[in-house]
Amino acid sequence: MALARYVGEILLSFTRYLGDLSLLAVETVRGIFQGKIHWRLVTQQIYEIGYRSQLVVLITGAFTGAVFATQTFFQFSRLQMDTAVGPVVSVSMFRELGPVLCGLMVAGRVGAAMSAELGTMKVTEQIDALRALAVHPVDYLVVPRFLAMLVSMPLLVAECIGIGIFAAYLLTTKVLGVSEVYYLHNMLYFTGGRDVAMGLIKGMVFGVVIVFVSCHQGLNAREGAVGVGRATTEAVVIGSLFILVVNFFLTMTLNIFFPAGK
Amino acid sequence: MTEHAKPREVISVDQLVQTIGGQEILRGFSLKVYEGETLVLLGRSGGGKSVFLRHLIGLMQPVSGTITVDGQNVSALKERDLAKVRRCMGMLFQNGALFDSMTVADNVAFPLRERGETNEDLIAQKVDRSLQMVNLHGQQRKMPVNLSGGMRKRVALARALINEPRCMLYDEPTAGLDPIVADSIDVLIRRLQRRLGVTSIVVTHDMKSAFAIADHVALLHEGRCYFYGTCDRLRASTDPVIRDFVEGRSHEEP
Repeated sequence: MALARYVGEILLSFTRYLGDLSLLAVETVRGIFQGKIHWRLVTQQIYEIGYRSQLVVLITGAFTGAVFATQTFFQFSRLQMDTAVGPVVSVSMFRELGPVLCGLMVAGRVGAAMSAELGTMKVTEQIDALRALAVHPVDYLVVPRFLAMLVSMPLLVAECIGIGIFAAYLLTTKVLGVSEVYYLHNMLYFTGGRDVAMGLIKGMVFGVVIVFVSCHQGLNAREGAVGVGRATTEAVVIGSLFILVVNFFLTMTLNIFFPAGK
Repeated sequence: MTEHAKPREVISVDQLVQTIGGQEILRGFSLKVYEGETLVLLGRSGGGKSVFLRHLIGLMQPVSGTITVDGQNVSALKERDLAKVRRCMGMLFQNGALFDSMTVADNVAFPLRERGETNEDLIAQKVDRSLQMVNLHGQQRKMPVNLSGGMRKRVALARALINEPRCMLYDEPTAGLDPIVADSIDVLIRRLQRRLGVTSIVVTHDMKSAFAIADHVALLHEGRCYFYGTCDRLRASTDPVIRDFVEGRSHEEP
């Protein structure tokens, strides 16, 4: 009985949380169409989210691509399939590794910053000050971050994928000695627009998840510095978990529209 | 006999109830504020004065009761619909609530820019005038983190006043300020009332300040309006609760 109640409470609070996120999403869309879009803040956020996340994303992409290529090569070379490393790395980077790893890194870097900034504004009454000055906090704080994320995230995912594939190519052809011609030919043959579309769509969805989870945590922070710390941690943890779970369902759904393989 | 026109009711609060963390903070608080007057709301710390003030501008929604500002039921309005009411009001928060990512000038100019003002010369002029009003001329480029508590509060006041609101809400405007700055804030509140006819509601513990600025005084005690009247009536009251508050007696043994 106690277990049933415990599970019920968890389910209820999770449903309530999803409801809160949906309401924030609805308010954001309303803000875009009914409120005032602060383009200066959108640009500022593109700089913060997009430009300043590049190093993290590039390093993640490069080393993931390189290590994935190495492991694939070690297995495939035993089967005389060295030249298949290219398409395997490329398709995996586009469809899964690029968007997921980029999403996780951005959730850590940008999600934490967003939630900490909004949380501090909340506990120091700056959000109440915005409201008192007749400015809707969602219009001023969430809408610019949402729009900036929509622009930045696909570009960051593209960079992550691009550098990953390039690192894999360099390592496989220059260090491990696989033929460049076969590598590139096979890679281009098996990688198509459907893989690119899947990667970019996933990236955009993960960006939206990060914005709503982080902003929701920040806007609901309470109890001073401890509350801001808790909100920041939860933003990163929940954001990362959501990315992994949403990725599974996205893969299943997007595979219907963009099936893998020729 | 000359007949005086009855002042218009700007704010009317009826049977306001609010509960925070299971504790009933306001238990049917009612109050009326008339146009152009300065009402000082007194009460013990944690008694719900600031909570009450936040209801007036729609920052909190009551459990029950109604709040009417300029004929509009604020408690029934949604967040986006509250903007119109809020544009006519200004609020000074207890700790200033300055935007710490902006300079003093940007903080003060914020309400102007948000209302669509794009003429930077006009904005600079208005910011200058507003900062002069609170004796902070020349501090435009400082960041809030580099200001003292008193200065932050005065910048926040300049920000609240820049759009010339018809009604000002002050949450402890003189708390933590030295007596001279505190007096200058009192003078400013009085000046705004006389020159611009601003209706003010001031939450404070500072009895000196209260007597200096109030047209009417209300005492919030145990979630209800315990006293409402003029300063003279407050001074003359023999009620023990009022006397204890006015004279600052705790009845505790040393």
